[in-house]
Amino acid sequence: MTLENVLLLSAALFSIGIYGVMSRRSIITTLMSIELMFNAVVVAAIAFSRFTLPASLANVESPVQAAAVRLALTGHVFAVFIIAVAAAEVALGLAIVFALYRVRETTEITDAATMKN
Amino acid sequence: MTAHDWWIIAPELAAAGLAALLVIADLALRNKRILAELAVIGLAAPLFFSLNLWFGWYGDTTDPSALFGAITADRFALFFHFLLIGVSAAVILASTKYLERMPGLRGEFLALMLFSMSGMMMLVSAKELVAIYVSLELTALPVAALAAFHRGARSVEAGLKFLVLSAIASALLLYGMVYIYGFTGSTNLEIILQRLNEIPSQPDQPFGSYGVLLGVVLIVAGFAFKMAVVPWQMWVPDVYEGSPTPLAAFLSVASKAAAFAVIIRVLYAAFGSEPLTQDWSGLIAALAAVTMTVGNLLALSQKNIKRLLGYSTVSQAGYMLAGVAAVSANSGSAGFIAGPQGVLYYLMGYAFTNLAVFLSVIAITHRTGNELISGLNGMGRRSPVVAMLLTVGLLSLLGVPPTVGFMSKAFVFSAAVNSGLIWLAVIGVVNTAVSAYYYLRIVRAMYFEEPSSDEPIRADLRALAATGTAAAGVAVFGIGPWFLLKLAEESLTIL
Repeated sequence: MTLENVLLLSAALFSIGIYGVMSRRSIITTLMSIELMFNAVVVAAIAFSRFTLPASLANVESPVQAAAVRLALTGHVFAVFIIAVAAAEVALGLAIVFALYRVRETTEITDAATMKN
Repeated sequence: MTAHDWWIIAPELAAAGLAALLVIADLALRNKRILAELAVIGLAAPLFFSLNLWFGWYGDTTDPSALFGAITADRFALFFHFLLIGVSAAVILASTKYLERMPGLRGEFLALMLFSMSGMMMLVSAKELVAIYVSLELTALPVAALAAFHRGARSVEAGLKFLVLSAIASALLLYGMVYIYGFTGSTNLEIILQRLNEIPSQPDQPFGSYGVLLGVVLIVAGFAFKMAVVPWQMWVPDVYEGSPTPLAAFLSVASKAAAFAVIIRVLYAAFGSEPLTQDWSGLIAALAAVTMTVGNLLALSQKNIKRLLGYSTVSQAGYMLAGVAAVSANSGSAGFIAGPQGVLYYLMGYAFTNLAVFLSVIAITHRTGNELISGLNGMGRRSPVVAMLLTVGLLSLLGVPPTVGFMSKAFVFSAAVNSGLIWLAVIGVVNTAVSAYYYLRIVRAMYFEEPSSDEPIRADLRALAATGTAAAGVAVFGIGPWFLLKLAEESLTIL
């Protein structure tokens, strides 16, 4: 297990997410694909946190334990924040999909679009 | 958290607290009419705390950095605090009449807008990637809810488009941020710059390695959504058309200003040393040229006034990006801040200008209910004061001297020329000439077309006061730009 492998996995997940957003007509599937993109980022964040030397440790001869642990966890903290915000994003997205279904009785993007140039 | 931390983040906390207070007041008060007044008066609290940080009256404010360096209240952040608070107050004042059409929901509308504003204030203060991301989402999520506020078909469509595209943009931004973090080992902008100068770099690769290049490109792509820059321009006209007009005014000014603030901070603080600046300057310059051209060409054929103004804000973002790209000399020299100084002046002038335009449009369309350009026919006779304020705003958007729009374009384009981007300045001037067609078409409709009825349109006094202040700012700061220029220069001492 090397950093490169995990990053490739993350890139693949991200690409599948982008493909899903672009190709799918259902808004629910679009939201799921967006979730996949966020999860790809989480995988990359954890991988970088696990495999790379944080800036705080690179130059210090005898690292201060507390500061080191705090900074070494940056990627993990990043991941937790991403998960929390993504959950809020999906909750709002589903609420808007409900509102859309009430007005238009559809959850397909192409049926919902009315505004054109 | 120490007492010092509390003082530094007091403006953001006061804004969020005010928003929460409005939700409670909406439940408790029987007379909902005073909610808007309450919101405007309440904005004095974040304004006071920002002024306190600028002048240092109370508390220990000598060190602007707080929360382990994640948030800073330096002059640059405070400059944008003032802008955001002013814009929010003007939009709320001007939309009180508009809000009365939405019985029972007024408190939520104001609260969501203020939550979004507190996110923007946090965004311009953040100097750490995680904080930037979280505050960016805090600005975006309330806006998506607001866009869908009318619950009609077009409004919900606007909200959905905004939410989905904003989520894709944040995913790209996050992917870029994670790569920057992975290749430099830090999420703090200053440490990133330090590490980029230390770590061994390949001279043939931009930014020293392709990983950092990927990160920077994705971060710029993510912020481009918020700035409404090509290729993320497609949401702008739809959201402006479908969402409540006060939200369009708020988005076009406040959201854009916050996004430009954060991209200037990221590019100049984390990638601001000599070989790095050359790498991103070209990317931003190309984006600027494409954005102003696409925005102008698409605006030419619009019939709906809100869609037209949407494309107009896209092209204005292109002119501003020209200033961001104009980085010539090394950090510390006088030429280094000429570009950003122009952008800050542009944003301040643009806030006055676009508010004058949008608030006049709100004043007219919410009476006539007609959002087509032909709906403005004969407004010079039916509503002479509002028509005059709208004309002042449009002339400033076009860049006619002596308005503030002319001065800002002059500063930005001259900064571009001085940093060797002569081709960009030429494209900008040509685009300005093209934009005369659609801006002057509105003026012609108001003064030279026959009105559909002769019934005069009376504007609400509070709305007129807000619009008049914005239009006065357009004239005053166009004739005498020194105060704003000085303010912008002082704000940029951090770079």
